[in-house]
Amino acid sequence: MTRARVSDRIAGYLLWVSAVAVTVVIAAILIFVGSEGLLTFLDVDPMAFFFNPVWDPPAGEYGALPFFIGSVAATLIALLTGAPLGLAGAIFMAKISPGWMRAVLRQASNLFVGIPSVVYGYIGLTILVPWVRETFGGQGYGVLVAGLILGIMILPTIMNTAEDAIRAVPDSLEEGSLGLGATRWQTIWNVVVPAAKPRILAGVILAFARAFGETTAVQMVIGNSPRVLESLTTGTATLTSQIIMEMGQTPPGSTWNRALFMMAFGLLLNSVLMILLVRWVSSRGVAR
Amino acid sequence: MISTRVKDRLATAVLWLSGLTILAILAAFLIRILGQGLPVLNWSFLTSKPRAMLPGGGIAPELFNTFYITGLSLLFSLPVGVGAGIYLAEYARPGRMTELLRLSVETLASVPSIVLGLFGMIIFVNRLGWGFTILGGALSLALLNLPVLVRVTEEAIRDVPQSYREGSLALGATRWQTIARTVLPTALPGILTGVSLVAGRAMGETAILIYTAGVTVSRHLPDFSLFAAGETLATRIWYVKSEGIVPDADAIASGSSALLVLVVLLFNLLLTVPLYVWQRNKGGGTH
Repeated sequence: MTRARVSDRIAGYLLWVSAVAVTVVIAAILIFVGSEGLLTFLDVDPMAFFFNPVWDPPAGEYGALPFFIGSVAATLIALLTGAPLGLAGAIFMAKISPGWMRAVLRQASNLFVGIPSVVYGYIGLTILVPWVRETFGGQGYGVLVAGLILGIMILPTIMNTAEDAIRAVPDSLEEGSLGLGATRWQTIWNVVVPAAKPRILAGVILAFARAFGETTAVQMVIGNSPRVLESLTTGTATLTSQIIMEMGQTPPGSTWNRALFMMAFGLLLNSVLMILLVRWVSSRGVAR
Repeated sequence: MISTRVKDRLATAVLWLSGLTILAILAAFLIRILGQGLPVLNWSFLTSKPRAMLPGGGIAPELFNTFYITGLSLLFSLPVGVGAGIYLAEYARPGRMTELLRLSVETLASVPSIVLGLFGMIIFVNRLGWGFTILGGALSLALLNLPVLVRVTEEAIRDVPQSYREGSLALGATRWQTIARTVLPTALPGILTGVSLVAGRAMGETAILIYTAGVTVSRHLPDFSLFAAGETLATRIWYVKSEGIVPDADAIASGSSALLVLVVLLFNLLLTVPLYVWQRNKGGGTH
């Protein structure tokens, strides 16, 4: 064999190894985090872990329910605010906006991505928390501010995926609708958006996954009190915020430490589930 | 009942308003970040070491660590990420194995950064017994970069016209020669754009680093030791605002936020502007 052929073989092999490395990494994460987390159930009843509303590890209470509720509530508020605004922004960029404005919005979307999550958290802490406290009463900390911050953080995800989805709709569909005398808005709302729906939905699911797993920004504004959600503006906690708060104070191998790992494993399973859901939604879109 | 024409006008207005709202939110954020932070940025803040209890500390080691850890994480993730991207674009045949590889990349991309941090903590801090180190932080951070690098590389390579490959192969080049000399150079601008994106994200990351690189810094500056603790700008902001007791926490957080945002923006500009110019000049010219 010539030298070129040998290096061709070696290169092909190394590239394959790199690709397999990604699979090895994700498998290792599942195994290590999962095995550490599942050990929780040596000492804690699974039913109690998922449904007990009391988290008081020193007293032997390991109910993670408040954190599941907190995470879901904050993420839902994020979707309720971020998804409509992001979708409207995407429709605007794809169908209404003049070229210069589209360029500006695209840069804006990149800038939103470029702002680190800890800076989002800091702004939430210094602007939104006092504002909510004065406007709605309560402590200001809580899922409302966390949800609003997350809603802004998922804007670029929603905008980018929805704009791509809308652009991918064949022009002929649109022309057909306009040709039948529909207005631009009727065409967008009744023809373009429905045709783009599977991919828009995939973007929303990805945004959900991102918001659900966001840590520092949420931890800074949630109030960090491990109680079941009482109102949108009283302190509570999420899975991520509780992990980051308590991981440093718990010795490895303790039930407390394992319970935190079990919460991390819950986050991990959630993201696997979301990816499978995205794939399912997208494949349905192709089939139609 | 509103006529369809009025509805159309109304919808157009609402969509314009949405676009403008998004811009207004961004403007408000940037004005706040820079307005509060820029006045704090002076020479002594940038060049002195942090203080735990007294006001007036700086962020010099954190600034250094931000670049150092980000650079190391790229060093670790680039070869693997680009390699996997090339494999998926050029070699992988449809089938179960490829399907599994793709699922792995997508799943890794959606793993919350706190979970990557905990994984890094189990491996590097506890099992290997390193404690909080720059190396452990950078390796954990590499896991965050990896899936993005795979994706952008694959996309950039797929965008290279098929005729380029055919030309090279017809001249007797091997597959690898074709990829290394023809496909990769053509795909480079796309890959570099991805690298700038990844670097920006890595520089601002906190959740991965808190329990792998730690929230303290070395006594030496600059300390290139891979086994020193490595607080970064981003983790510094988090630390002073959630756990620290330093009295000028707000000044430190504002200053660091502004600095961090500026660094990320500058970094993106440094990478994208030369690329833009390069692509314009290249404009179909010969190699």
